[in-house]
Order: sequence, then C-alpha cells, then structure tokens
Amino acid sequence: MAKKIRVLVAKAGLDGHDRGAKVVASAMRDAGFEVIYTGLHQTPEMIVQAAVQEDVDAVALSILSGAHMTLFPRVLELMREKGLNDVLLTGGGIIPKEDMETLAKQGVGELFGPGTPTGAIIEYVRGWVAKHRSPAGSAT
Amino acid sequence: MKSATAPAAGTKPAHGAADGAIPGIPPETLSGIPVKPLYTETDLPGDVEKRLTPPGEFPYLRGLHPGMYRTRLWTMRQFAGYGSAAHTNERFHYLLKHGGTGLSTAFDMPTLMGYDADHPMSLGEVGREGVAVSTLEDMEILFKGIPLDEVTTSMTINAPAIVLLAMYVAVGERHGIPAAKLGGTVQADMLKEYIAQKEWIIPPRPAVKLCVDMIEWCAANMPKWNSISISGYHIREAGATAAQELAFTLADGIGYVEECVKRGMDVDSFAPRLSFFWDVHNDFFEEIAKFRAGRKIWATVMRDRFHAKNARSLMLRTHAQTAGVSLTAQQPLNNVARVAIQALAAVLGGTQSLHTNSMDETLALPTEEAATVALRTQQIIAYETGVTNTPDPLAGSYFVEALTARIEEEALAYIRRIDEMGGIIVAVEKGYPQKEIADSAYQFQQQVERGERVIVGVNKFQAENEEITIPVLKIDPAIERGQIERVRAVRARRAKAPYEQSMAALRDACMSTKNLMPYVLDAVRAEATLGEICDVFREAYGVYREPAVF
Repeated sequence: MAKKIRVLVAKAGLDGHDRGAKVVASAMRDAGFEVIYTGLHQTPEMIVQAAVQEDVDAVALSILSGAHMTLFPRVLELMREKGLNDVLLTGGGIIPKEDMETLAKQGVGELFGPGTPTGAIIEYVRGWVAKHRSPAGSAT
Repeated sequence: MKSATAPAAGTKPAHGAADGAIPGIPPETLSGIPVKPLYTETDLPGDVEKRLTPPGEFPYLRGLHPGMYRTRLWTMRQFAGYGSAAHTNERFHYLLKHGGTGLSTAFDMPTLMGYDADHPMSLGEVGREGVAVSTLEDMEILFKGIPLDEVTTSMTINAPAIVLLAMYVAVGERHGIPAAKLGGTVQADMLKEYIAQKEWIIPPRPAVKLCVDMIEWCAANMPKWNSISISGYHIREAGATAAQELAFTLADGIGYVEECVKRGMDVDSFAPRLSFFWDVHNDFFEEIAKFRAGRKIWATVMRDRFHAKNARSLMLRTHAQTAGVSLTAQQPLNNVARVAIQALAAVLGGTQSLHTNSMDETLALPTEEAATVALRTQQIIAYETGVTNTPDPLAGSYFVEALTARIEEEALAYIRRIDEMGGIIVAVEKGYPQKEIADSAYQFQQQVERGERVIVGVNKFQAENEEITIPVLKIDPAIERGQIERVRAVRARRAKAPYEQSMAALRDACMSTKNLMPYVLDAVRAEATLGEICDVFREAYGVYREPAVF
C-alpha cells in the first residue's frame, strides 16, 4: 500500500477566516491524505514545530488577512532552520498575483486564490510529493 | 440530489410540469430548499392573513414601518477602514461627501483581537484588513472633523468592543458631546465569533458577560445607541444556509436577552436597542424570504417568550451587507452585477441599512473607485428603479410566501434543537453550530466542483488565460512602523497616576460581577491602550482556544 501523504493545514497569525482551510482539509481527507489541522491563531514557530512533530510532506498555510508577505517567509525560514528542506510550503488565501510571484522566488510553492477547485490543490500536492519526497510513494 | 435530464432538442416541457432542470441550475434554492415547477394559491400558508398584516404591525413580516422607503430610505452605510486612523478618516470624509449617510468602521486584525500594534502577534497585520486603533489618540484622529452628534457610526468590533465603545464615548466627551447624543452601533456580538468569525480573546461565558455589560450601560446612558448588532453575516459567510443563518443568529439574540433578563433588566429597557445584521446572498427570493421570516420570528419570540410590551422591542431592525463570499476573483467586474442583485434583494426584504461590497474585495481592500461604484449601486436602486415606492411589493406572491414560511419553519426547528441542548451558549461550547456550518460549506463546495452549481467565470464561462488587471489597494508597510511609534509615545507621555489607579480599579472590578463599562471608560480616559485593557481581561478570564476540528 502506498504511504499516505501527510499534510499540515495551518492558520497563521490573527486571521480567523477558516472556511477555506476547513474545506481544503476535508477535501484532502476525502482524497486519502492524512490531514492535521492546527486550528486558529498559530505563530510561525507553532506551525513549524507541528510540521516537525507530525513528519508531514507538506504545509498548507491559509492567510486571508493580508499578512502573507510576513508570515510565508517566516514559516519558510523556520522550516529551513529545522531542516525541513524537502517539505512543501504551499497555501492560499487573498494573495495578489505579484506577491505570489515574489514568494515563489523565495522558495514558497504554488499559492491558490479564491475560486480554486480543491482538486487542483490536491493534484498539485500529490504531484509535488511524488517528485520531491524520496522515496516517493514508497511502500510502508 | 436529483440528476437533471435535459429535454430533447426542440421539445419544450409542458407548462407547470417542467422538471427537466437545466444543468448547473438545480431546482432548489442556494440553501437546498426544493423549488417546485409552479406555485399556486394552494402553496400559500394557511394563516396567510394573520401573517400579512400591514407593514408596521405585528408580526412585522411585511416591514417595520407603514411607509417604509416611501417615507425614509435605508441608511447607505459603507464599511471602511484601512491603514492608519488618518487614512480612514480621509475615506470617511470622502464617503460622506459622496452621499453616504452613515459611517461604518473596519478595524485591523490586531485591534479586533485586542492587541496593540507593537505586540508580537500584530507583526505584519497592522492596518491591513482595517484601521489600526490602539489608543484614544488614534480614535480622535479617526473621527476628526466628523460631527458625532449628526452622523451615526457603526463599529465592527467584538472581543474588545467595550474598549472601543468607551473610546468613542471619550472622544465625544472631548468634543463636548455627551454619550446620550451619540448615535450608532457597536457590533459586540461574541456568540457569533465562536460560531463563525473566530475573533475572540476570552472564553464564551465571560465574553457574553461583557456584551451584557454594554447592553446594560447603553440602556441607561446611550438612548440612541444600538448596544449590539446580532450578526448572521459571518455565520452565512462561513458557509451556513439561509435558514441556519437565521436560526443561529436569532438563537444568539435569544441568548443575550436571556442573560439580560437574568441580570434583572426589564426587557423593554434594552430590547428596542438590539439590532441585527444579515448577509444578502445570491438567491434572490430566498434572501427576501429570509428577511421577512426573521422579522416574524423575532417579534413572536419577544412577545410570547419574553413578554415584551413595547412595540419597538418586537421589531427586528437590521443592517445588511451583500455576500462577500459570493464575489469572485475571476472576472472581477462581474461582481458589480452580483452586488446590485443582492442589494435589490435586501431592499425588497426591507432592510434598515445596507453596505454594498466593492468588486475588488476578493483581491484586497477596496480602492476608492470600486467603493464609489458600490455606493452608486445603492443610489441607483433608491432613485432610479422605483422599488422604494411601496413597501414589501412581493407580498402575496405564491412562491415568496411559501418560501418565507418554509425558511421560518426550518429556522424554528433549529432554535428548538438549541433550546433542548440548554441554550445557545451550551450549543456553542459543544461546537454544534460550528459543525453544521462547516458541513454546509463543504457540501456547497462539492456541488460547485461537480458542476452542479455554476459560478460564472469560475467553473463556467471562464475567460481564457485571464490576467486580473484591476487596480488593487496597497497598504504601505511604513504604516505599521508609524503605528508602533505612536502607541509607544502615548505610553511614555501619559500621566502615570490616573493610568495606574484606573487599571487597578478595572482589575478589581473584573473579579466581581460589577458592570465593567465605567471602569473601562476611566481607563480609556487615562489613556490606557486597547492591548493593556485586554490584557487585564486575559489575566482575569483566561484565553479561549478552539478545539481544531474540521
């Protein structure tokens, strides 16, 4: 049996908009992922700590408060400090395209805006994990 | 969910029996209420005559006032706030100059969560989603040059509402305007925070106690002030159906009234100043029905359950806002059409006040131009369409009356279930409304992804290789630095003795059952900051953490 993809769905900062995070978490679960949801109001430190503890393949960060240019780089920096170099940092929210491009240059994965079908997010994470996590989809 | 079978080309379904729905248009409302192919007289509720009393008469299904918009238009109240207090003050003046008739303040996330701008949790969030207010000085700048005794002000603030209300009163005092002359609303509805919006500081029970403190203080001191805005908006935006929005919101209202009555307050002393806040979503008739059903349920509850005598205690006065969640990032100009249709539903539903969203709100806070189009949309409805000439023009429609009765019935069933659980506070602590809403949100998303529901420009009629090119409001990161410097300067220069005395008195009062409003007011007058006062609450009552379930 293929190893299940493990994803940490996280809400950072003060933002309380959790509809999207919960819908994505439910869709990932229904797609066969193991999903850990952090709950609201997490600091970048708490999120990265959870990513280490839960040994996840990907961190999916939801931000609708406009603080994405502060929080994504901070989470990425902490992930690197903790040696999570082969773990995907992706996410979504109200994030203008040029900010997505800036974050991509820094090493953040694809970010998804409003109206994205959950299937597209799932396919992206699945594809990324197959390509970057070795041995990808290995038997357990 | 039924599968739609399209009629063969060239054939038309027989009139009245058309069940072959068009793919992407399910034969049900947005909330899933089945819609029959045809409505006739037999679909009218049995007690239709008792329901359809003239506007201004119990149960107010047809509206609160005999003349409705023929005698007074709704308040065009556009929500605004970004950056520093000075930026938002400019936007306020702009909106008033362009015919806005009330102010509505959006605060940033740190303010909403009770943190000063220099708190570590505020990093990156200052002035982003609304205006940053940490001090009384910020509040003075925010309302500079605005005649507080002429304009009514709504403040969308919940967990730290008691602090912002005190700051507003203190600004009034400095301008020589007594609290009794201030008109407006403070949202201050904490139950819906735990249910949907998720901006909290302390746990539900002490938070509701603070709400009741405000209701009590306003009843005695601010006769023109709405001490709470019991809000369905956030519940709906989080994914609730129309009936769930109605039910959970009215259950919240019942919860607050119960708490006030328990404290020994006469229901008619405060109920006339309770106000509500609805979402207006895409399903045109369902939304109109929701507004109508809401008024009837509330009037009945207040009369029969709480024995209110004053007619004003029975009236569900409401603000409404078009559904932010219905806007699309794709083809953003389409949002202008969505907002116009939703706004029309709110007007046909009989709202007292309305905010229309701007087309660019899925991308960022609105630009000035987008905010102007949104306001103009209301003015077009008011002055060009003729819908204001007669109240509740859809009364008697077979479909609208049947839908009104159906939503009422569904909402009452939820309210009964919540009563059986022991009331809304218990239900919220158990996560019951939260789970119902999350389930509805996920079901809706699945319908969209299966193509059973069409969102124009998103899952049908998409533009090829769309590049979104509309201008987006940018928040200068320098605002955060400036705000941090300002709050630190206030702490450094304020007089120590009154600050320390007022904070000590507030700490003591938190340990008692006393109404905290006078203590918060004293602390604010002594220039205690928002974060400092909220820290007192955190120490006294603890910090709420939600169980992370999805």
